[in-house]
Amino acid sequence: MASRKESGVSSSNTLDSPVKQIQIEGLVVLKIIKHYQEEGQGSEVVQGVLLGLVVEDRLEITNCFPFPQHTEEDADFDEVQYQMEMMRSLRHVNIDHLHVGWYQSTFYGSFVSRALLDSQFSYQHAIEESVVLIYDPIKTAQGSLSLKAYRLTPKLMEICKEKDFSAEGLKKAAVGYENMFEEVPIVIKNSHLISVLLWELEEKSTVPSKHELLSLSSSSSHLEKSLQMLMDRVDDMSQDIVKFNTFSRNTSKQQQQKHQYIQRRQQENTQRQSRGEPPLPEEDISKMFKPPQPPPRMDTLLIAGGLSVVLDKHLIQCDFRTLLIRRYCWFVPE
Amino acid sequence: MSVYGPVVKIHPVVVASIVDSYERRNEGASRVIGTLLGTIDKHSVEVTNCFSVPHNESEDEVAVDMEFAKNMYELHRKVSPSEVIIGWYATGYDITEHSVLIHEYYSREAQNPIHLTVDTALQSGKMSVRAYLSAPMGVPGKTVGVMFTPLSVKYVYYDTECIGIELLQKTRTSPSRTNGLTSDLTQVAGSAAQTQEMLSTVLAYIEDVLAGKVTADNSVGRYLMDLVDKVPMIPAEDFETMLNSNINDLLMVTYLTNLTQTQIALNEKLSPFLPTRPSPYPSSFILFKLLMPKA
Repeated sequence: MASRKESGVSSSNTLDSPVKQIQIEGLVVLKIIKHYQEEGQGSEVVQGVLLGLVVEDRLEITNCFPFPQHTEEDADFDEVQYQMEMMRSLRHVNIDHLHVGWYQSTFYGSFVSRALLDSQFSYQHAIEESVVLIYDPIKTAQGSLSLKAYRLTPKLMEICKEKDFSAEGLKKAAVGYENMFEEVPIVIKNSHLISVLLWELEEKSTVPSKHELLSLSSSSSHLEKSLQMLMDRVDDMSQDIVKFNTFSRNTSKQQQQKHQYIQRRQQENTQRQSRGEPPLPEEDISKMFKPPQPPPRMDTLLIAGGLSVVLDKHLIQCDFRTLLIRRYCWFVPE
Repeated sequence: MSVYGPVVKIHPVVVASIVDSYERRNEGASRVIGTLLGTIDKHSVEVTNCFSVPHNESEDEVAVDMEFAKNMYELHRKVSPSEVIIGWYATGYDITEHSVLIHEYYSREAQNPIHLTVDTALQSGKMSVRAYLSAPMGVPGKTVGVMFTPLSVKYVYYDTECIGIELLQKTRTSPSRTNGLTSDLTQVAGSAAQTQEMLSTVLAYIEDVLAGKVTADNSVGRYLMDLVDKVPMIPAEDFETMLNSNINDLLMVTYLTNLTQTQIALNEKLSPFLPTRPSPYPSSFILFKLLMPKA
């Protein structure tokens, strides 16, 4: 694939991906923004379901509905039932009731987790073309709507299917942190009537357009927080590396011990033979030396993937934007 | 029972929802109705959500699926428990007699419900959104009727909604009504260009006033004074040092991110080469041999 490759996420130019572009209606964007604004303050994530249909190689998202937060009444609240009822009701009013994915908000880019992987895997397994939309409210508040669509690469799907998360499995499928997720480009499309509405809003609205983008000071606290998240992730990563190193050291030590034991045995046996005694029985070596557990490599991958997403998407883009503003302002005092 | 002040605040997501349900209406239906959800304040009503309700309308009768409305409201309550039914909407320009009946039903659900009309058929030349409150009128005891008094409508936005709407506005100008999500750089350039335009308009106005072409307006003059006052008085060197230190910070962050990225890539490449168990790969075999004690 000669496409431009961004580390952590590769742009989807693969021929075998069934979805090449996502088309979202303006209504869905507004609903997602509203859901986070009203219910998501302070808490980790808000989630919801995307509805739409598939047209050739485009995935059209025409509506969505939010999921309630997991609160104290978790036990009696039946998510599946809520979903079923919602979809049935929406079908009555002719809204597309086909599930095509789900959306989630993120906090400074920290959305790569085991839970996300599991959910997206079950979605993609059931429905081939589903995507997860990640909405970043903090970046949006800074001036540019941040909505990204991700899918799992087919290689990762295979691994999840077999549930083989050991190092061998990952090596076999040649999955690195770079090809875990693929990003699908998004396009916003509005119908004619909505365009009329937009003209009307422009006329009537008294809110001046915000120029958050150009503000010189707003990025500093965000930069700090992003760096903090980066440090946390790097800590996680180094802990994981230490774990892996101790594991490999233990295994090699154990190999050594095993070998020594075998040699000693052989020596003893030859000695005994020379003395005419029966050789000692070959003991089951593997029972004596239990190999240490290899740490699950999946988490490493996830952390690495998450790190690179944070680095690439979040920080570097933050940087470039403010760098540009500062270069631009360089000429102001003259 | 409180009487609301005449301000109805609407979020654009509500009107977009209404337009969308109008586009998806059943064949033969000329209009769509639905419930409005939101919050009530002392002097204003804020409409934040809505959902459409199936209904049948013919010459003499109107049937609304009330069961459906109740169900949907319950489901919505689970997500946002603070939203209450504050009224209902209908597409179309006029208020018909059926509206009176439907309004009566909604008065049972909420105190003093608001009635919103969205003119999706563009009968008045543009999509007007109007709100009404009902008040009884007539001679008590004899002919009694209901009058719908108009209320003033205002659009309110959350900050993020503002930004979302701005992006959506761009789709008006493109012929296929589409718009990709632009990268940061293009947006900065766009914003900067806009500010530049605004500055040049202001400058042109000032020059006109100085040349006597346009009469000076005191209020505009006061705004200009505010504008000039807002620019902080910092000597040029201090400004330069501030900018410099900021740029240094950013360059360091860029360096760090590149470093971390290289680190991750290296880690990925190195880990397969450490021996996990005896494997057929030659490199790990060599390492294994090295670790064995010299017999």
